[in-house]
Amino acid sequence: MTTNGDDAVKVVPVRHAGQWVGAGFALIFIAMLVHTLFSKVPTGSVICHTVNGVRSCRPEVAWRFSWNVVGQYFTTSPVLQGLVRTLELTVLSMVIGIVLGVVIAVMRLSTNRLLSSTAWSYTWFFRGTPVFVQLFFWLYIALLYPTFSIGLPFFHFIPFTHIAFWHFDANSVFTPFSAAVVALGLNEAAYMSEIARSGLIAVDEGQIEAATSLGMTHGQTLRLVVLPQAMRVIIPPTGNEVISMLKTSSLASAIGVTELIGTATNIYSANYKIMPLLIVASLWYLIVTTILSVGQFYLERHFSKGALRTPPPTPIQRLTRDARGILMKFRTRRGVPANSVAS
Amino acid sequence: MVEARGVYKSYAGVEVLKGVNLTVVRGEVTCLIGPSGSGKSTLLRCINHLEKHDAGELRVDGHLVGYEARDGKLYELNDKQICAERSQIGMVFQRFNLFQHLTVLDNITIGQVKVKGVSPEVANVKARELLARVGLDGKEKHYPSQLSGGQQQRVAIARALAMEPKLMLFDEPTSALDPELVGEVLDVMKDLARSGMTMIVVTHEMNFAREVANTVYFLDGGVIEESGDPRVVLTEPSSERLKSFLSKVL
Repeated sequence: MTTNGDDAVKVVPVRHAGQWVGAGFALIFIAMLVHTLFSKVPTGSVICHTVNGVRSCRPEVAWRFSWNVVGQYFTTSPVLQGLVRTLELTVLSMVIGIVLGVVIAVMRLSTNRLLSSTAWSYTWFFRGTPVFVQLFFWLYIALLYPTFSIGLPFFHFIPFTHIAFWHFDANSVFTPFSAAVVALGLNEAAYMSEIARSGLIAVDEGQIEAATSLGMTHGQTLRLVVLPQAMRVIIPPTGNEVISMLKTSSLASAIGVTELIGTATNIYSANYKIMPLLIVASLWYLIVTTILSVGQFYLERHFSKGALRTPPPTPIQRLTRDARGILMKFRTRRGVPANSVAS
Repeated sequence: MVEARGVYKSYAGVEVLKGVNLTVVRGEVTCLIGPSGSGKSTLLRCINHLEKHDAGELRVDGHLVGYEARDGKLYELNDKQICAERSQIGMVFQRFNLFQHLTVLDNITIGQVKVKGVSPEVANVKARELLARVGLDGKEKHYPSQLSGGQQQRVAIARALAMEPKLMLFDEPTSALDPELVGEVLDVMKDLARSGMTMIVVTHEMNFAREVANTVYFLDGGVIEESGDPRVVLTEPSSERLKSFLSKVL
């Protein structure tokens, strides 16, 4: 079959009536949504003008969603500081979560029963209690342990032998922010360990045997062969976890961390502009999530090396390919053979 | 080179090897044949300590595998010593087991660089030489998934050879290949045998065994049923079991 010339066979695509009806409903719904998002409502007050001695009055109207107020607060410095706090919380607790999660996953897969059951118990406990409770637990840890000291275990039971290398006051160390980082990080580690474990067991055992037969140690096999291949399985759900953590970190506002939601709450409790400030915070979450999703795409692409024969095209590659396709169609219609464009 | 005396091995109560005796002379090719489940692969894996044998004596190059005899006692070797022993024995697997996330070149250099501590430059030169030797020059930048089965297995042979092993173990190296790709792998192995490499090959390729092997061992039910020169063993088998096995595979 040729694509150019008069002898081309005309193809009539099948019509999908159901799709058309569904698309119609979707279009109506989208129109309603856009309309209500940008509709105006009377504020209750009246604006009067006097033009050429004639006084005319009309009711004042304002954006239903107070976009002007949203715009006012969107880039104010408290909001931006809150955003930075949110990002700090997300990054720090995810770092703790990922590192500890991988360690727990490796422990869980150990042949040593004590190590694997310790790892199992960790996941059981931190997944089984609400993160909200864990936040308060770390904030008020001083109620249980007013001071922490690092020394030899159990030596404080023997008189005169207790030597502490390091000593600190729980209240001064567990500020709301650090308590939030510890709580979110330890909680995340429980979820990350399951993700890491699924990645580790997805690597073919033959890979481990091959590495072993080359004379690699357990550690080298794990680091050089197993983990890089496990990453392909680990990355997509980890991306989800980062995005989820971005929003879960808002719970830290409950223990007094002035991150994005905490800042919004502080502002609207003073001026009652509740909805606009919630919208400001939500818009920032949306923006960061979008950026993270793009990053995740490139990260996944990087770690799919070797697993896929041809890596998926980047959005830019896809754009140039589409543009070339359209150009080609255009030229063939004007009688230029298709292959002269491709070369 | 390899000396097995009464080697026993069982998995979860099932005896796979029941007292195997075997001698492999330096520079010779030994083929292990037998029905599946007869213990051929297990024996091979015991030789480089991928599996631990339960009883008996297994020596490679005069050293006990996995143990050290001192003062009339056997001391189990630690991980590092076992790794050092393994690095001198090359192994080629049925399913190639190339590192999927590394290019062909990196597959061949990783063992040299990370285990033997060779500099990356030297390792690269050696890897290219070996790739040329197995007929794959120009494939350095490819990933394993971009190669055919036969090409992957040749890369796997090059990867094992890069460690300069004193012994090469082949675990059914052509069983996972399409029939038309078997030849290219066997050619590389024949070439290797001619160069004087000591090889132990678990195989179902009777023609390869007849042509290349110095000695053939026939395993059945965890014991060596028959062994000797392939021209004798494979043409005039004395045991009934080997007769019936050969009638099925030939």
